[in-house]
Amino acid sequence: MTGKGGGHEWPLYEVFIRSRQGLNHVHAGSIHASDPEMALQNARDVYTRRNEGVSLWVVPSTAITASAPCDREALFDPAGDKVYRHPTFYDVPDDVEHL
Amino acid sequence: MSEKPVAGTVPDEKEAAALEAAFDAHVAANGKVEPRDWMPEAYRKTLIRQISQHAHSEVIGMQPEGNWITRAPSLRRKAVLLAKVQDEAGHGLYLYAAAETLGVSRDEMEDALIEGRAKYSSIFNYPTLTWADIGAIGWLVDSAAIVNQLALCRCSYGPYARAMIRICKEESFHQRQGFEIMMALCNGSGEQKRMAQDAMDRWWWPVVMMFGPPDANSPNSAQSMKWRIKHKSNDELRQAFIDQTVPQAEKLGLAIPDPDLKWNEARGHYDIGEIDWEEFFNVVRGNGQCNEQRIERRRAARDEGLWVCDAALAYGEKQRARKRREAA
Repeated sequence: MTGKGGGHEWPLYEVFIRSRQGLNHVHAGSIHASDPEMALQNARDVYTRRNEGVSLWVVPSTAITASAPCDREALFDPAGDKVYRHPTFYDVPDDVEHL
Repeated sequence: MSEKPVAGTVPDEKEAAALEAAFDAHVAANGKVEPRDWMPEAYRKTLIRQISQHAHSEVIGMQPEGNWITRAPSLRRKAVLLAKVQDEAGHGLYLYAAAETLGVSRDEMEDALIEGRAKYSSIFNYPTLTWADIGAIGWLVDSAAIVNQLALCRCSYGPYARAMIRICKEESFHQRQGFEIMMALCNGSGEQKRMAQDAMDRWWWPVVMMFGPPDANSPNSAQSMKWRIKHKSNDELRQAFIDQTVPQAEKLGLAIPDPDLKWNEARGHYDIGEIDWEEFFNVVRGNGQCNEQRIERRRAARDEGLWVCDAALAYGEKQRARKRREAA
């Protein structure tokens, strides 16, 4: 996802924002910057103009390894037939409390 | 959407037809498409064109409003206008980032704009002659943009839809500050009221044209609606804008420069007069009042800023080299 243009383009960073203490960082979008410090500054200016966050992460986009869409079944189907991982799988009498 | 190839593998003809059928069914059921999913090449190209044009519009849109930052009538208005123009820059960046997920680079998009291969909204080729134009842009242009963008929040392409949701949340202040400027002028002196009416007279028709050619004459619309990139047609969006804006103009006491405008009881909508599409296509072709000036300023900003981009890259590289040496 890096530039094919004139060679002046800054590297791409992915931006993650913690919207408030107690919540996890969530992906917000991406930003170009020449170094990580500038990426933080640019992410602040572009993604948090209205108090959207209390903490920012910026990660070089090239550092992210993503699963391929075609691997979805291989990765996630095995969980599909393990219904016994869910509490509703178990038969217990209705009149027993705190279960 | 099962059985998609990893990006980069080329399916044969039969596989491609099956992939396309699965894709069509997926979007028809309001399924979302994410960057690494398989998508028809024409879908990708359509989105790159539409999202980059949208981004260019946000960026070029800073110029007519920026024209009045130093001349805003009060510190409050100046702070608001600065924040609004900064938002437009931000909106441009959200959109460029969304387009980049489709495999086009920022530099390629910027070059296409500056070399005249990419379009942007024609509305920004009109000049901002008075302070009332800043009110008219916020109220009318941003109202129109919101009508258009609300429909795009449901776009099938995930990154575009998410950018639209963010942008719509922020646009609401743009529209309201514009209406407030118009209200202040309309409640002011006779000269101020005339200034507001003059802005209305000049901006109304170009804003009505912002939604694009009528459905019958909009070749890409049908396919975009089939792909759920668009959920509403140009004419539907235009009608929604007119219906919501006429009562607002009445509230301000401003006349709409259309003698044929009238409520149609049977349709439950306002009817409007003939739109001058010749003017629209003339501005699209580059012959508007400000086309050259807008692009020239973009070109200058890019060319004069190149040394800054290069210096920052060199500084970043130096910092990384220093870290490597220290680690060694």
